Amino acid sequence: MSASPVPTSRALDRRSFIKVSALAGGGLLLGEYLNFSADTAAAQTATADAIVSAVVPADFSPNSFIRITPSGAVSIIAKNPEIGQGMKTTLPMLIAEEMDVPWSSVTVYQGDVNPVYTSAAPGGQSAGGSNGMPNNYLPMRRLGAVARVMMLQAGAQSLKVPVEECTIEKGVVYHKASGKKATYGELATLAATLPVPDVANVPLKDPKDFKIIGTRVTGVDNEKIVTGQPLFGIDVKLPGMLYANYTKCPVFGGRPVSANLDEIRKLPGVKDAFILEGGNGLKPGVAIVADSTWRSINAASKLQVVWDEGANANQNSASFAEQAAAMAKDDAPPPGLPEGTKMCEGVYHFPYLAHATLEPQNCTVMYKDGNAEIWVPTQSPGNARAPGAAQTTVHIMRSGGGFGRRLQNDYTSEAAAIAEKFPGVPVKLTWTREQDFGSDVFRPAAWHFFKGGVSPEGKLLGWNDHFVGGQGAQFQPNFPNGFIPNVNVKNGTVQTGVPSGAWRAPNDNANFWAVHSFFDEMAHAAGRDTYELHMELLATGQNQAFSSARMSGVLKLAAEKGGWGKKLPKGQGQGIAFSFSHRGYVAIVADVTVSKDGKVKVNKMTAGVDVGPVVNLSAAENQVQGGMLDGLSSAWNAKITIDKGRPQQTNFDEYNLLRMPDAAATEVHFIQGDYTIGPTGLGEPALPPSLAAVCNAIYAATGKRIRTLPFGEQDLKWS
Amino acid sequence: MSAFTLNVNGKDRTVDVEAETPLLWVLRDSLELVGTKYGCGIGQCGACTVHVDGQSRRSCGIQVNEVGKAKITTIEGLAKDGKLTALQQAWCDLDVAQCGYCQAGQIMCATALLADKPKPTDADIDTAMERNLCRCATYTRIRQAIHTAAGNAK
Repeated sequence: MSASPVPTSRALDRRSFIKVSALAGGGLLLGEYLNFSADTAAAQTATADAIVSAVVPADFSPNSFIRITPSGAVSIIAKNPEIGQGMKTTLPMLIAEEMDVPWSSVTVYQGDVNPVYTSAAPGGQSAGGSNGMPNNYLPMRRLGAVARVMMLQAGAQSLKVPVEECTIEKGVVYHKASGKKATYGELATLAATLPVPDVANVPLKDPKDFKIIGTRVTGVDNEKIVTGQPLFGIDVKLPGMLYANYTKCPVFGGRPVSANLDEIRKLPGVKDAFILEGGNGLKPGVAIVADSTWRSINAASKLQVVWDEGANANQNSASFAEQAAAMAKDDAPPPGLPEGTKMCEGVYHFPYLAHATLEPQNCTVMYKDGNAEIWVPTQSPGNARAPGAAQTTVHIMRSGGGFGRRLQNDYTSEAAAIAEKFPGVPVKLTWTREQDFGSDVFRPAAWHFFKGGVSPEGKLLGWNDHFVGGQGAQFQPNFPNGFIPNVNVKNGTVQTGVPSGAWRAPNDNANFWAVHSFFDEMAHAAGRDTYELHMELLATGQNQAFSSARMSGVLKLAAEKGGWGKKLPKGQGQGIAFSFSHRGYVAIVADVTVSKDGKVKVNKMTAGVDVGPVVNLSAAENQVQGGMLDGLSSAWNAKITIDKGRPQQTNFDEYNLLRMPDAAATEVHFIQGDYTIGPTGLGEPALPPSLAAVCNAIYAATGKRIRTLPFGEQDLKWS
Repeated sequence: MSAFTLNVNGKDRTVDVEAETPLLWVLRDSLELVGTKYGCGIGQCGACTVHVDGQSRRSCGIQVNEVGKAKITTIEGLAKDGKLTALQQAWCDLDVAQCGYCQAGQIMCATALLADKPKPTDADIDTAMERNLCRCATYTRIRQAIHTAAGNAK
């Protein structure tokens, strides 16, 4: 093990936790530190462009999220990880709104993991479950409102007028009667001496006075993204940094017994190679540490490892399917159906999926003087651990995609275990794409064995759904239970040994495809228009999960805007589906054309969406466009199959995602509900209904029902 | 190891690496131009797209010893004197990015497209952009941004 000390980087010297000494006035502070992070990778490179300087007593910083300098510069902390869902922009918008500052005056910085941020709102500093907006909507606004109230007070004092006669507009306090005014910058130092009001009881703006919330605000990192500035975890560069690769057993749960480590150590640039036994959440594997990423990858390609493949070496997808079918072979139809009931049956199946974040998993760790520092693109920064470190600092890096993959910090544990052997040296672990597929926590495959009954008059009389999931799969249906009688759901599991995890709209994504596809089958069997049947059932039924009225609203909107009910020639079709997922109401109408030789073209997808009021129209629309197309992507050609206890697809030549020519046109329409019912999040909700909308449209076009995903493998020829 | 002198973004840069080192990793690790991204390593995703003498190429599939005197342009080399190109500006204004990881490659590919076809049709965009994956599926806005930068009425 070689380890040489490296000079502490400029960024590390300048990063600091700064005691806010100007806050002697009291009040309920969320914390006593203002933690302006070394903002992402930019700060760690020689080309660092923006490192926030320390807060000084002349600055106004009423809490750990806000600073206004005497020059009028406004800094706001984004506490949650940015994974593409837009939170680095949207959460600071909430603060800025209540501060009453123009958005153009605001600079946003990513916060590190810190108790003052973690405790500021439910959900801490995590990104997942479309929870960021509902958890933070009021807490972030209150933080900003504290600043506005104090600025109003400071303005009144400074202008020597009664506070009740003062107003605020765009960062300026006005006394209209006298024509006097003072800017936030001018008031900063005075405001810093005032008592901080109780954040829990601070008055909030009336939504009718919003200037930022509800508008179209573009991402704060856009310019860095389009000019290629360092920003993501994989971009981290620290002086003296070493580069690691970690090779694990291709079979899930296997372990290395021995490897040609002496040979590997002699390769160019290789500093060391060693086996980690694993345990405590660390998977066993072979680590190679080199002086460049390429040399670590190149050395890994020459590894010869004797593996103990363990218990899963014979697991395969074909066997999972047989086990699932055996579990359902004696299923009965829904009980008590009268004579003359028309029976429907359908077996639906969807495969494993990989997350395939385009930025492979990576993490940089440095142990120094018994403490550790972590730079990681993660959805769960609060769970990033460096074992054995007295104190750990976690820098949240922008994530090149999340989709649920980065809720798990397995790669962080690997980087830490490797870096621990190089005290004083930063070590960056980067997974190759193949390793990223091989070590994924997959969206589990599952089966739905449906049996339903329809009366001669076209009423739905019963619905049996025998759900059999691959290990880790879960299913919590919220439709059609409550809307049709005699709904019976049974759960079963196939033990697969395949690691599973949350994948965008977990539990809902393809399960809702199965439900809304079979519902479409039943509607056709009943001789009903699917949309009209939806509306009828929503008007007469209900359940505890969601509001029938709001769901009817998005259905009606999607149907109107999407031109539902067009008469189309064979080969063209429309499909419709809705879902309530992660608090969001979304209905989608899909328009497809299928050529006689079976080639599918999805012409357009039109969404009706209700997540309450929309905070950032640009980000929200982007999430719905992307969610619909990601859903389409997940249904069209993507699949992971398992053989010999490992995934058979390990790169993008075998795992086929949606590309530009197949990207349907998208249209997004919001119902902007009132502020008593939202806003809620949008990372997840638009995905689940897209799959069934498209597959139902394919049925309408061809008469062929898609019961197995991906549909790109189905024969869709018609004549 | 051997020394290779590459012309990157108009400047000659010398690196000392193995001859078979992919240009991608020379850019990222040796030259600290990290805007060019690693996505797949096998020329399938387009995240590592750069221009070689003005043509879109996958830097993960070019060995450093193959570059010779070719002029390499990376995403860092598009803006001149801090002024964004029309495409970069359209990408910002239309708020194309979600995670943003693929977008440098998308912009490099689109830049080469507009150099070749200043007023591309949707079919031209399909053909040129097909090899660039966006995992967040921001294709609606990518298409819109290309049309906007091209001045196509939409």
